[in-house]
Amino acid sequence: MSKVKVARKSTRIDMTAMSDVTVLLLTFFMLTSTFVKKEPVQVTTPGSVSEIKIPDTNIIQILIDPSGKVFMSLDKQADMLNVLQSMGEDYGIAFTPEEYAKFKLLPTFGVPIKDMKAFLELKTEKQDEILKDYGIPTDSVDNQFKVWIKNARKANPDLRIAIKADSETPYKVIKSVMTSLQDLRENRYNLITALKQSSN
Amino acid sequence: MAEIQSDGGGGHGKKKGGSKQKKVSVHVDFTPMVDMNMLLITFFMLCTSLSKPQTMELSMPSNDKNVTKEQQAEVKASKAITLLLDEKNKIYYYSGIADYKNYNSLKDLAYDAKAQNSIRSLLLMRNQEAVSQINVLKKQKLDLKITQDTFEARRSRIKNGKETPVVIIKATDGANYKNLIDALDEMQICNIGKYVIDSITAGDKFLIKNKETKGAYALGK
Repeated sequence: MSKVKVARKSTRIDMTAMSDVTVLLLTFFMLTSTFVKKEPVQVTTPGSVSEIKIPDTNIIQILIDPSGKVFMSLDKQADMLNVLQSMGEDYGIAFTPEEYAKFKLLPTFGVPIKDMKAFLELKTEKQDEILKDYGIPTDSVDNQFKVWIKNARKANPDLRIAIKADSETPYKVIKSVMTSLQDLRENRYNLITALKQSSN
Repeated sequence: MAEIQSDGGGGHGKKKGGSKQKKVSVHVDFTPMVDMNMLLITFFMLCTSLSKPQTMELSMPSNDKNVTKEQQAEVKASKAITLLLDEKNKIYYYSGIADYKNYNSLKDLAYDAKAQNSIRSLLLMRNQEAVSQINVLKKQKLDLKITQDTFEARRSRIKNGKETPVVIIKATDGANYKNLIDALDEMQICNIGKYVIDSITAGDKFLIKNKETKGAYALGK
């Protein structure tokens, strides 16, 4: 009886090439992408053919969810600090240094100023949970949104205003936001949209 | 393959001169490295966004009450088109000054570019001259006859020419943000240089109501 001899082959594969590829991919992703900011509400922006990209810095983003709640975010921590300071002065609220430090790190804010102190006390997870139930008041009686924008402009004169609203947001809310901005003589702003292929 | 073979000596790093130097294989096992990289890639893919969002630049008129009559831009009635954005994705338009007596002066439009009465077809028709001029310009740019800067300058001059239509966009409270963006988008596609977002008036609301009820609303009053 003759046995067929199977040649023993090593099952090891040289992973060097694979490693090269992955490092390349990794570099690509690290260089081209930007981190997603945590937003309290999910917003689907409508598509447009506009191809202007939004600038990276000096942006104040106004986030409007379908039910009309307004949130804001600033990209610089120094601005965040100054804004809260002047907000505190305007509404007569004294914030502690810890509260300033906590506020500075918020990705998005949007609580009525009277609840701000209590909100900053909470843990981050809890904040994320309840933030979506708040929103900055924009009604004409207590237009805190206007004060926020005013103070943000004071903190950083180069700020550009970007409005990010959901497709389903009623025009009524957009209008009230735009009127508040117009009252402050903020007549130029950007509307954030998603890319849509133009048909011509 | 793929490992560093040590000489098996009792921990002595260096050998004394004279002894035979063993050949050391320098193959390193890269599998853990690949694992780690894959993990990092996955992380970056999930936690970052690749494309920056697009934006649409918008200038609103100042609502300063002190603007004098001279500063206010008067629009020729023959050049004005008023778009009324209503709820349920409806859109109407009238040209020039509204005719409150005749409900048919308000005409239906569609957002969908493929529809017969789309905003695009209306605006392209009204803006024919500018659109054809811009198309010529675009061709010149593609053939590298003019630079990007001259293209931009000339385009804006054509867009803001005297004879181009002026579009007034008015939205009711029932309209949504998408409607507004769609309407603004059409301005870009149709090369409309002069457009403005205005607040809706009682007269416009009346026109829409009248249109919906085919004139019965006005009679019922």
